[in-house]
Amino acid sequence: MTVATCKRFSAPADLERFRDELRRRPPAAARTVRVCIGTGCTARGSHKVYELFTQALKEVGAKAEAAKCVGCHGFCERGPIVVVQPGDILYQRVEEPDVAEIFRETIMGGRVVERLLYEDPATKARARTSAEIPFYKAQQRIVLAHNGEIDPKRIEDYVAVGGYAALAKTLATMTPEEVLSEVEKSGLRGRGGGGFPTGRKWRSCREAPGEPKYVICNGDEGDPGAFMDRSVMEGNPHSVIEGMIIGAYAIGSHQGYLYVRNEYPLAVEHLKLAIAQAREFGLLGEDILGTGFSFDIRINRGGGAFVCGESTALMASLEGRPGEPRAKYVHTVEHGLWDKPSNLNNVETWANVPPILNNGSGWFAAIGTAKSKGTKVFSLVGEVVNTGLIEVPMGMTLRQIIFDIGGGVKGGKAFKGVQTGGPSGGCIPAQFLDAPVDFDELTRLGSMMGSGGMIVMSEDTCMVNVARYFTHFLMDESCGKCTPCREGLAQMLAILDRITHGEGQPGDIDQLQKMAGLLEGAALCALGKTAANPVMSTIRYFRQEYDAHIIEKRCPAKQCRGLFRYEISVERCKACGLCRKHCPAEAVSGAKKTPHVIDQQKCTRCGTCLEKCPFDAVLKV
Amino acid sequence: MADETLVEEIVRRYDGEIGMLIPMMQDLQTACGYLAVDQLKRLAERLEVPLSRLYAVATFYSSFRLAPKGQHEVTLCVGTVCHLKGAGAISEMIREAFKVEAGGTTPDGLFSFQPVNCVGACALAPVMIVDGKYYDGVSKDSVLKILHGLPLAEPAAKGEGNK
Repeated sequence: MTVATCKRFSAPADLERFRDELRRRPPAAARTVRVCIGTGCTARGSHKVYELFTQALKEVGAKAEAAKCVGCHGFCERGPIVVVQPGDILYQRVEEPDVAEIFRETIMGGRVVERLLYEDPATKARARTSAEIPFYKAQQRIVLAHNGEIDPKRIEDYVAVGGYAALAKTLATMTPEEVLSEVEKSGLRGRGGGGFPTGRKWRSCREAPGEPKYVICNGDEGDPGAFMDRSVMEGNPHSVIEGMIIGAYAIGSHQGYLYVRNEYPLAVEHLKLAIAQAREFGLLGEDILGTGFSFDIRINRGGGAFVCGESTALMASLEGRPGEPRAKYVHTVEHGLWDKPSNLNNVETWANVPPILNNGSGWFAAIGTAKSKGTKVFSLVGEVVNTGLIEVPMGMTLRQIIFDIGGGVKGGKAFKGVQTGGPSGGCIPAQFLDAPVDFDELTRLGSMMGSGGMIVMSEDTCMVNVARYFTHFLMDESCGKCTPCREGLAQMLAILDRITHGEGQPGDIDQLQKMAGLLEGAALCALGKTAANPVMSTIRYFRQEYDAHIIEKRCPAKQCRGLFRYEISVERCKACGLCRKHCPAEAVSGAKKTPHVIDQQKCTRCGTCLEKCPFDAVLKV
Repeated sequence: MADETLVEEIVRRYDGEIGMLIPMMQDLQTACGYLAVDQLKRLAERLEVPLSRLYAVATFYSSFRLAPKGQHEVTLCVGTVCHLKGAGAISEMIREAFKVEAGGTTPDGLFSFQPVNCVGACALAPVMIVDGKYYDGVSKDSVLKILHGLPLAEPAAKGEGNK
């Protein structure tokens, strides 16, 4: 409703006045409740939880605004997350039946519902606020600072926490040159994978001859296991838009594009709304804040092609063509979209821009390591206790991230490796757990930062199978334009298939390495050039697993079918007969009350017995 | 019926700009459920580009389909984390049990099956989405139960589609 009454800002001071007014406004109610509507929590029913809260509020005659939908809190493992203010009381795994109790006890009564608080698995201590939970304690949030705090559908929420102040400051007091130099001095590097210095990219684009110039946001987050950009677009869309406007001002662009992955409908919805609101407030479009600078943004949805995360492929897609990359010796900052100078950065990079201009380049450059400044958002997933989204300063060690924040490996299993950088990244083994995480260190270890996926793997993960999975993924997603990538990946996959089926031959590893070298040297784009990384890094660190498959015909992680056996434990078997009944090969025999036995000659290693056994008596050996 | 008006309206929505070809085709698919050859021809004519250009786009991007979809939409995440937690075997089972190809539709038209690379809900792995509803931590058994429980509408709807 405030949107309707608000006038278009015609000067930077208008924005300030509006922010002050928002801050002076009394809160909608004595206590407010924030419900996370990120994809993880939504999938577990948080929308219903939110509805129940608004309903309950209405019933007691309170303002419905006391309940708020907010973006991802990051602690997806414990979703749906509900936070009650004041007091920052964090409730986790809130289900529909819990709403009434939270409403009665906390919102109306001001008492804490102990059973819904986070309980530390080790100490059994209950944490009242997020600050007391180890998962949040070690984090430093810049990009995610307001995620989970503001309603992404309300521009007022963003303005109230200081949103668009950086834009107002930039337009009112800085020249484009000053903005460029500030971003350069901050040391910000692209968060999308390459880690190219953002300020230098902006400058090249500004100085490139040709008009118009385009500014593009890459929201085509395709790495499986990575969802940080999605959470920013969903949870704080205005921060991305503000970053883009500032960038456009510095570069001298008047048209921007937001390219969002097709699988992220909620992000598209929130961004569309945010763009409409920003236009309405005079923060986007003609004559922004009355300063004479004009810039607008258009949203394009991707078509479901991983390769479109590559900048030239993305631009081809924006032109309405299949997303095939082109050779990079022609730089996109000079000849990009429609052959015009184009500057592309990813979501997280853009979202870093407003805080840098608000707080100064010195502040940003003081965080992180010598060559990697600021923080990085990671999606910590896989076999880790606390799955979720985290933001930590560059230089934190893998051990701190995986064990202190992530809580270690699920089920008390041994840690085997962590896969970083998406399909083009690599697997880092346990001996490097104390390596500081930054752009250069990860590259040195044969992996890369990528967009920030971190997939934790335990002793039960077969690294050859992991390499096969990523190679298969990349072969599927190869656009087919250049031969090394199209044909090379298929050949590498054939070899990996053979190895995981127990038909590996001596010389296979040499062959894989040879083809990997070819790919790196001859493929057209970054997808192809780095496609062998998963294979190369697993050969480098887990060679013994390859050898076990090829020479001993054995899968040490007992994952590759046919390379291990199923046996029934005499002690555990209760002779219930379920395995015998379900075995499709009639390989299980046994009478009543006598432990069953698998006939290894007949067994096809399908694993049905293991799935059906209620007593965990079927073992992989 | 209003195929012509639909194409015309979509083209106008984007000022006939060829750069917006993908959004136009997305809108067309949203409206009809798939990209019918007749409509693609009309769109190509209207934009004055060869039909092959539209075909190239339609076959390059995995979200486009050239055949009608089933009554239900089943999306299975086969991203890295889901893969580690067994999504590959679930995908194989669905294909065998329902005689459906990845990206295809079951012979009875019950559902279209689309394995996708990552829906970004890794905390819920393995994840299956049926008509927009997320199912977390699925197994072969639970998937079978969910899919067998899908209602199959009367075949009358089919006849209408063929007209």
